[in-house]
Amino acid sequence: MAARRCLGLWFFLITLCVVSTGADVLHTTPVTGTESSAAGTETVVAREQPEAPSDPGEHTAAEPTREGEQNDRTRGGEQTRGQPTREEEQEQEQEQEKTREGEELTREGEQTPAQPTREEEEEEEEQEQTRGEEELTREEEELTREEEELTKEEEELTAEEEEQTREEEELIREEEELTTEEEELTTEEEELTTEEEELTREEEEPTRKEEEEEQQTTAQQEEQTRRWEATELEEEHVHDAAVPPPAADPPSPPPSKDDFQEELVIRPLHSGDIYASFQFRTVWDADFMGDQKVSHYRLFPKSLGQVITKFSVRELHISFTQGYWRTMQWGQPYLPSPPGAELWVWFQDTVTDVDGTWKELTNVLSGIFCASLNFIDSTNTVQPSASFKPLGIGNVTDHSFLRYATLPREIVCTENLTPWKKLLPCGSKAGLSVLLKSEKLFHSTFHSQAVHVRPVCQDPQCRTTSMELRQTLNVVFDLHTSGQGKREWSLFKMFSRTLTEGCPLASSSKVYVDVTDNPQGEQFELSPATPLLTQAVVLGDRRTYSVYDLTQQASFGSSRSLNMLLRWKAADGEMLRPLLHSERYVAGYGLQAGEIHTLIYNHHPYRAFPVLLLSAVPWYLRLYIHTLTVSSKGKDNRPSYIHYQPSKDRERPHLLEMLLQLPPNSVTEVTVEFERALLKWTEYTPDPNHGFYVGSSVISALVPSVVAMDTNSTLDRPLFSSFFPCKEEASYFMRVYTEPLLVNLPTPDFSMPYNVICLTCTVVAVGYGSLYNLLTRTFQVDEPSPGLAKRIANVIRRFRGVPLL
Amino acid sequence: MGLLSDPNRRRALIGMLTRLNAPICMICYMAGVAWFMGLAFEPFTLRTYMSENAMGSTMVEERFPAGERALATGREFAAHKKKTGGMPVDWLVRTMQARGLEVYTQRFSRKLPFPDEDKERYMVKGTNVYGILRAPRAPRTEALVLSAPCSPGNENNQAVGLLLGLAQYFRSQIYWAKDIIFLVNEHDLIGMQAWLEGYHHTNTTGMDWSPLQGRGGSIQAALSLELSSDVVTSLDLVLEGLNGQLPNLDLANLFYAFCQKIGVLCTTQGKLPRNDWDTTSGYSHAVQTMMLMVLKQASSRPWGDHGLFLRYHIEAASIKGVNSFRQYKTDATTVGRLLEGMYRKLNNLLERLHQSYFFYLMPSLTRFVSIGYYMPAFGLLALILLLRALDLWVQLSSPPTRTTEDGVEVVPASPGVLSILTPLVISHLTGVALYTLPVLSQELAVEHFPVSETEAVVLTAIAIYTAGLALPHNTHRLLAGEGTEQGWKVLKLVAVLYLAVLLGCTALINFSLGFILALTLVPLAAFITPHVPKTLSAVVMVILSPGLTLLFAVFFFQELQETPVTLQEGWMLYLSVISQGILDHALYGSLLYPLAALLVYPCWLLFWNILFWK
Repeated sequence: MAARRCLGLWFFLITLCVVSTGADVLHTTPVTGTESSAAGTETVVAREQPEAPSDPGEHTAAEPTREGEQNDRTRGGEQTRGQPTREEEQEQEQEQEKTREGEELTREGEQTPAQPTREEEEEEEEQEQTRGEEELTREEEELTREEEELTKEEEELTAEEEEQTREEEELIREEEELTTEEEELTTEEEELTTEEEELTREEEEPTRKEEEEEQQTTAQQEEQTRRWEATELEEEHVHDAAVPPPAADPPSPPPSKDDFQEELVIRPLHSGDIYASFQFRTVWDADFMGDQKVSHYRLFPKSLGQVITKFSVRELHISFTQGYWRTMQWGQPYLPSPPGAELWVWFQDTVTDVDGTWKELTNVLSGIFCASLNFIDSTNTVQPSASFKPLGIGNVTDHSFLRYATLPREIVCTENLTPWKKLLPCGSKAGLSVLLKSEKLFHSTFHSQAVHVRPVCQDPQCRTTSMELRQTLNVVFDLHTSGQGKREWSLFKMFSRTLTEGCPLASSSKVYVDVTDNPQGEQFELSPATPLLTQAVVLGDRRTYSVYDLTQQASFGSSRSLNMLLRWKAADGEMLRPLLHSERYVAGYGLQAGEIHTLIYNHHPYRAFPVLLLSAVPWYLRLYIHTLTVSSKGKDNRPSYIHYQPSKDRERPHLLEMLLQLPPNSVTEVTVEFERALLKWTEYTPDPNHGFYVGSSVISALVPSVVAMDTNSTLDRPLFSSFFPCKEEASYFMRVYTEPLLVNLPTPDFSMPYNVICLTCTVVAVGYGSLYNLLTRTFQVDEPSPGLAKRIANVIRRFRGVPLL
Repeated sequence: MGLLSDPNRRRALIGMLTRLNAPICMICYMAGVAWFMGLAFEPFTLRTYMSENAMGSTMVEERFPAGERALATGREFAAHKKKTGGMPVDWLVRTMQARGLEVYTQRFSRKLPFPDEDKERYMVKGTNVYGILRAPRAPRTEALVLSAPCSPGNENNQAVGLLLGLAQYFRSQIYWAKDIIFLVNEHDLIGMQAWLEGYHHTNTTGMDWSPLQGRGGSIQAALSLELSSDVVTSLDLVLEGLNGQLPNLDLANLFYAFCQKIGVLCTTQGKLPRNDWDTTSGYSHAVQTMMLMVLKQASSRPWGDHGLFLRYHIEAASIKGVNSFRQYKTDATTVGRLLEGMYRKLNNLLERLHQSYFFYLMPSLTRFVSIGYYMPAFGLLALILLLRALDLWVQLSSPPTRTTEDGVEVVPASPGVLSILTPLVISHLTGVALYTLPVLSQELAVEHFPVSETEAVVLTAIAIYTAGLALPHNTHRLLAGEGTEQGWKVLKLVAVLYLAVLLGCTALINFSLGFILALTLVPLAAFITPHVPKTLSAVVMVILSPGLTLLFAVFFFQELQETPVTLQEGWMLYLSVISQGILDHALYGSLLYPLAALLVYPCWLLFWNILFWK
């Protein structure tokens, strides 16, 4: 308790100091900062409170005025405050904890110096004397300061980048000193340090959210909670503002150089299983392709940055998946990926030797991710002509700069997870990534982790680009194997950890729980309940999410840790009928020929839509392309586009791309026959009887969205919204991966090489020997050769000179 | 090789072979039979051992607890079966879904070529229900199958109950690396055939089935469970599949290993392994077990639902629960633990089962004879044919011109191609008639004779078979002039070589069938000439003909199974066996009927022809 008390006291000290110093900056606030902050406020408002018709004053253009008023009010409040009382101390503490998520500072870095709260102005004067003293002691304490290298470096970097004024720097220094000082005083507990860091950062660079909060804080705590509750009601009823989920598209470009966001989406699945999807997004305004070298890395992982620079990568997508996504039971994933490893890369058009670069790149990535990506070679690499378009900006269409490869056999395990986690700014130390413990992640039914690097627009005008790194991890936990009989889920049960804080480096850190199917709480019960709801159109469907903002202290409740509990009420669901799904299998028996069947289901009741089917088949299955048939509903279905690249033995695989139109409510069947090649004996894998893998086919489709499909007029909704059937999201892009195939090839009996060698040698020796003998022997009449006795007699006779016998 | 390329020595060798031909043939025959009988003698056989490392000494702890609940499920299943009067599809679907499986159904229908009187079915319509347990973190590339047939009456309810119990237990385990398919098939083999054809999207037998919606990749192994009582005294392992195919021996080893571990009595061919090999009764026990296996394998029909998997290169076996009057009983929990252990080991497989033997005979469950040991027995029989062929060849190549008594040197006219070709073609046409006519002419027969369709088919077959015996006379009527001495020799040479090739190929695919045919056909082929006593030889030939071999086999089989039949019953059984053979061919693609009708019978007719050569 004493430590805690001490902590509280010194929080207060710092706050005082910061509040006073921050005020100076107010005058130097750049105009842009305010603008962007205002815009930012709007975004947030839109996201969290879609629209509040009942309270029109809340989010209108009148906001600045109101803000000003509030500021005035708070300032007044500050002024009245004389000595720091116990009450105030507590308030400060709460305030700090609420905004503890230090990540925001890093994101809105530029804003931050410009955003000190105005009420701090007064405080500053009071503190000037202490400041002077501290300046004196600064030099003495430099040594101790170096202990806190991380904090300092970051701060300095921010300072440099943002070109703060001298005064500001001083202020920061002071704060740091204060920090170090205090650190010496208190024990060197880690928690404390982080808290201090957060505190410092938070205070020097208060975000607009904080601003918003601060308008309400300072003895308005109760009022605030009331407001949330009030809005909760509104949100539940108003479902108009369709804001994409935080992962859907980049928000307005942050003015800072780099920015990190993290989020976790939890979706209770139809089957009773639960789906957790992590996304970590780092955006950096660095120009990797420019002339000047990028050498200072902060949030962006250096290992990847260097790879991108060295190999002139425009876009890189790599995924490692263990398991197959069960569309029929789980619906669509947020980010589909095929079983095994998948890698596709768009190179810059400056690259001359694409194949060579690709080879090197795969080897380097293999090292970075501890995976067998070095097994990617020309025999499993293809250049899709249409299926894989760049996901970032840039209008490259020359697919000679694209390489795509899958390794369906790749096993994903902890050795791949660890390097993946190392790319995160917070590692697995803080934030959402503390949940990523391998002993639980791999006790699941589906596990997929991915890294996506792509260029994105930096500002709405897209004048410059920044690099986006998106790390995703999807995992599905099975009710039957991990539920242990109880039909309930909690964070602790899933990950054996709970959340206590967001990553301090993240500008936003949120947990979303999909509650769309649960409007009245009849499917499951979610606790702790959060008043915050948001809506997003995901995969053509409008979803509602409960939001837990880890930057808000309130999210953690009194226990200081967030452990969501989800208790199922409904029974297991039937199987789903997703709009688009597919299956693939090998037909036939025997080891000579076979047939690959790909079935693509369109379950849309009345709309046809096109899909692009890509299948890359290894050369040792010799496709008979003349047997290719495509049929739907028993009729021939001519693909409107076919790109076929025949294989070359031991060099490249078959590539077949087709554009198909799927009739409504139909099954389209694509079949092609193949013959199994007999490999050379060195080409067999060490376990040839296991079979050989054929990677997943990729189906890329523009699927009519569920929202647009919804013609069911029984739903209670405004009349004005239901006249024209189609809405803005008429269709959405989706990618579906089929199962990989395991094909047995004719395999010699390797277990009996000795027998084989013996038999072969015998056959060759006997058969060939006798045949050769018969063919080459010349038969001639030979004088019967004299016997031995006769020869000896002749020798003697020769000596004697007698005629021979 | 100098031996053959040296004309003198070659001449000497050939001379010896022709001179001593008959005794050598006799010795070969006896040696072959003796060798075969020796295979059942324990010191000559090998003890079974596990070859697959992945299944070797790995630890598996069986924990299946819910035998009683499984039996209760079985009773529930029986009640629903009785209520619906067939497969309770809806109940099964619901139950499997409640156990967390992905459940699919498959409808199928099949019209038999003629009514099956044994099982009383003609128009077969049914539904298979299967649930897939998806392995966590596996990409649907490999699967294992556990199946239980939904049999009419009170059979097999416990098997279905245990299957569902295992499904529930398996579902809550995390260690599965392969999908597990739990299949309940209706109409035993027909349902299984429909399911397998649907799974592999082939259609070899013209069955109608609805396509499968869910698959689990390539199936690595399958077990079929037959259990009709709550407790069992022993478990019987059935291996013989379609066309005499056998699963990898490791599957049998696995079963035996777990029976040993859990302490369940296990048998093959319903016979326990015995240790007293040095006594006469012990040896005859082994011979009986082996002969049962040989006869079952030679029958080329699937002896359990597993039999159809083998065509798709899926290792499969049937496990049948036997409840006899022994004291020691095993409950369903133990059987469940046994299956759990087997599936966990199969789950550990990295490759398909391939390490051990695919060709073997089992004189007991602990002993086996591999192909290398049993092939010489057949080889010795086949050698007789080659020796006879050599003898004929020598006789033909050095024509006996000294036959003339009155000074006129008669050079025997080389027989015309026609005289050889005619019997060949005609006997094969008879074979084609035997193959096609019974099924085609059943309606005609039913119209004119007071018989059922099945009887019509069988009796037509027998009639055509018998009618073939009259052929030699008709053959000669076609030929102009008399057959010559040279003529029958050439024909016999052709026939002997034909038989040698035929038996050789058969024995490679299905040793038992090849050996049994060789046992009867080889002596007949060796010693038939037109100069032997006609009547006696004709009787011997008919007795050794393929049709009567089958009849004897039926009696012998019943004798071995310790269910001897009277002559009358035996005859009825014989008729039903013929109809089953024809049905097996039509339904599952068994090759015995076409092989017998199109190749073996014509070959035998050639020898018949030689006997009546004029």
